[in-house]
Amino acid sequence: MSLLIKRQIARRSILRGMLGGGALTVALPLFDCFLDDHGEALASGAPIPVRFGTWYWGMGHTPGYAVKERTSVGPVEFLEECKPLNAHRDYINYFGGFNTPLDGRSNYPHESGWIGSRSGAVPSRSGEIPAPTFDLLIADAVGGGTRFRNIDLTSMGNPRETYTARNTFSRAAAETSPVAFYARMFGPEFADPNKGDFKPDPRVMVRKSVLSGIQDESQQLIKSLGAVDQQRLDEYFTSIRQLEGQLALQLEKPPANDACRVPPAPPENAVERQAFAVEIDTVMATHKILTDILVMAVACNQTRVFNMVYNDNFSRVRRKGETYTHHVLTHEEQADPKLGYQPTAFWFNCKSMEACATFLESFKNVREGAGTLLDNMLMFANSETSFARIHSVDNIPVMTFGKAGGRIKTGLHVVGNGDPVTRVGFTCMRVMGMPIESWGVNSLRTTKPISEILV
Amino acid sequence: MSRNVPRTDVVMRALACLGVAALLTACGPEAPKVTGAPPDMRRLTDEQYRNSIADVFGASIKIGGKLDPLIRTGGLIALGARSAPITPSGLEMIDQLGRSIAGQVVDAAHRDILVGCGPADSKTFDDACATQFFARTGRMLYRRPLSDTELKARVSAARAATENLGDFYAGLSASLSGMLVSPNFLFVIDSTEPDPANAGALRLDAFAKASRLSFFLWDTTPDDELLAAAEAGALNKSDGLKKQIDRMLSSARLDGGVRGFFADALALDKFDTLEKDSVIYPAFNLSVSEDAREQTLRTISDVLVARGEDYRNLFTTRHTYMSAALARIYRVHVPKTGQWVSYEYPADDPRVGIQSQISFTALHSHPGRSSPTIRGKAVRELLLCQKIPDPPADVDFTKFNDPNSPMKTARDRLSAHTEQPACAGCHKLTDPLGLGMEKFDGAGQLRIVEQDVPIDPTGDLDGKKFTDTAGLGKELHDNAAAAACVVNQLYAYGIGRVPSKPEQPMIAYLQERFAADGYKYTALLKNIVQSDAFFAVSPRTPTTASAQREMTP
Repeated sequence: MSLLIKRQIARRSILRGMLGGGALTVALPLFDCFLDDHGEALASGAPIPVRFGTWYWGMGHTPGYAVKERTSVGPVEFLEECKPLNAHRDYINYFGGFNTPLDGRSNYPHESGWIGSRSGAVPSRSGEIPAPTFDLLIADAVGGGTRFRNIDLTSMGNPRETYTARNTFSRAAAETSPVAFYARMFGPEFADPNKGDFKPDPRVMVRKSVLSGIQDESQQLIKSLGAVDQQRLDEYFTSIRQLEGQLALQLEKPPANDACRVPPAPPENAVERQAFAVEIDTVMATHKILTDILVMAVACNQTRVFNMVYNDNFSRVRRKGETYTHHVLTHEEQADPKLGYQPTAFWFNCKSMEACATFLESFKNVREGAGTLLDNMLMFANSETSFARIHSVDNIPVMTFGKAGGRIKTGLHVVGNGDPVTRVGFTCMRVMGMPIESWGVNSLRTTKPISEILV
Repeated sequence: MSRNVPRTDVVMRALACLGVAALLTACGPEAPKVTGAPPDMRRLTDEQYRNSIADVFGASIKIGGKLDPLIRTGGLIALGARSAPITPSGLEMIDQLGRSIAGQVVDAAHRDILVGCGPADSKTFDDACATQFFARTGRMLYRRPLSDTELKARVSAARAATENLGDFYAGLSASLSGMLVSPNFLFVIDSTEPDPANAGALRLDAFAKASRLSFFLWDTTPDDELLAAAEAGALNKSDGLKKQIDRMLSSARLDGGVRGFFADALALDKFDTLEKDSVIYPAFNLSVSEDAREQTLRTISDVLVARGEDYRNLFTTRHTYMSAALARIYRVHVPKTGQWVSYEYPADDPRVGIQSQISFTALHSHPGRSSPTIRGKAVRELLLCQKIPDPPADVDFTKFNDPNSPMKTARDRLSAHTEQPACAGCHKLTDPLGLGMEKFDGAGQLRIVEQDVPIDPTGDLDGKKFTDTAGLGKELHDNAAAAACVVNQLYAYGIGRVPSKPEQPMIAYLQERFAADGYKYTALLKNIVQSDAFFAVSPRTPTTASAQREMTP
């Protein structure tokens, strides 16, 4: 597996000198090696970057009711369950017939599928995440130069319900509260790029200096630790450096950005949503509020990589007053003999796609350059199973959203013919400019990007 | 992991020691030798972080956020601390908490007590005061005295910040917030030194011993006296160590340790994300959720510490504590004073033991209905340390929810599992236990019928039949696996890792001692902390570090 260098450009020594030398701004190099050469420009003159995100939904699709089957690549045709996606078909690619070979390992229900497609390796025990998920590899490559290298969000109220990890134990807690997320993105530490009264805050300079000192002080610990703990401490130092990077960005005036509009703060009662956030109406409302903050966080260059979870891999979503969750329904609900499917589980799947369409709409509503934010996005969307009732991990539904700044063709349904699902993630990494030649292990290893969508 | 000690052995040993409780260490064989594991470091749990801040700076310091949750490992959250990194977003939260805490420590309401000195003009830097402050506070936060270099660095950072911000207390706050993001504070590190009694071997140094004792027994940072004992070398001497152990076991802080362990072992962290349907269970709200957790911890602390009863009485006790919020679910009368009140269930009440409390019956249920399977699984895994395998991936469950089925109750529906061999094996282990709790609905409320059919709460535990939840409690009380389970879990919790195979004789020894001590929890604590195994460390080799860290989440 190819891993890129993850260290951020060091500014510590420069900034440490600022306190003594009185320099108030430090020009930070734009991380522009992955920008589209023929892309459009921001108001500052810098080209518009392509950003990456993931979107997750649990329980897959109802087989035969989501997308019209194809035998070869061609225009995607969404069926009843995915009807809301038709409004955005020109921005979507659908990947059918891609598999998650388990290489003799057990199929851990609702786990093996997402872990395989996102990390390139299937777990050998429940709970294991054997390799980093590829969104983090992309974040390592393109996430510099923004306040947040990556952002994780979930609409489900549980910070653990997120599908991104460095390994089994290194899983960041996702944002669950719209109020907290808003404060993190657009609170006092946010510098509006379109305001002219920027003044660096001396408290930020002090924080930066203090963090540098703590990092220096902690270096001596390394010698006393074993190899595993040294790695953990190194991850701590990486976190410190990222925080220093955030602070460094706060010390310079952000370039003007026409697409950036500070969104209104979510209502205070949104805090209460996180306590009982699994009733469908609440989940959808939370998802919408988080999305609206997210799109502006992306447009305002607070981050270039994010993960959004609509519902979890054991979908606990349910309707108010009903005892069965979406997940339980996929297993226990009787199929309607006339319809040919489980009607309530199907209804929940339709709601997932409705949320998906709303998500895309929010990106489309942000004007950026001559197009929209969605034109400059590449998003990877997937579920953990193709048919939840039997936990199938073959033909797992995967989509991409956005035009990646013109780097990919869209509106296509690509047929995998049993190829490993990792080809989609591998293609995303290549489109994002990562110079990797292969990704995945064992039968999930691939060297073949999906050329059908590449420009 | 060894789970059972033959009951005859236990009884014989208990009889042998009967009447000589004060001399129990003289009974039975000596503790087996344990080589321990290589030293490592554990991230503070969220609770340990909170407790430490409260103990160092006082309970009035507000903490407005949570650390990244740890991954439950080997059945315990605490063991996940051994593998937990600090992620970028996790550090962001820690930094935010640290700045908030540091700001409060030096604010006008606290500085006189927590700083205790200062310059006449707050715009100037007071070197002596800063040195005194960081020496005192740093010792408590890092759980050891600061080195000269560390102390100078903290003072220097405070001086620079004072100059830039124009305020002494803002400078102190900035430097203190740095300490609160330091790995020296966030990780409990097993620092070692050569063992003078064994050439070539290592031992934990006195400060690492103090931390291990304190986080195990109190779930918080060492206090001043314990650190002083470490500084004086007393923890490396048996009498000095014993004196501190006795003091700690009789301290009011022991309650924090008991709570920390049982909140972890009973998976009470699930309350953080527990959800109940507000239409089906209108009485169940956030207050109920918070109080249910507290009720169980109060009950446990009362039985095990205040009353010093047999651990197994947790499954048979009729005594508990009640709040006004809980009274709505339990349907009992409690004065609305906002206070907890002591409460005794009547002799004919089906609520007996912690397994009948909301923290068990509601926590291990669906949002809108009960689940004998989930409850039975929780009994097996949390109370008996018996892992139930995950269900197979390709099971067809639809027959359990056939709308045309005449099956009205959970018992009827679950009986269908016995027709499927792939299901029957595990459901025979779980369902007969959970069915014994079916008189409690998904919110823990008492009921007598399900869909107008009277509920049959009979069941059995490993062939021992019972007629209701009280009977289940009696069988748990008498089941050797229940007592063995708490020993296994407590030992793992104490050493901070999954015990290795060579440690099984030590665990078996502790199980025997537990029985001989009348299943007294504090005696078990004492036996663990007085054992060489508790502090044992082995030299680090290139392979052991990574091999030891391979654990199943």
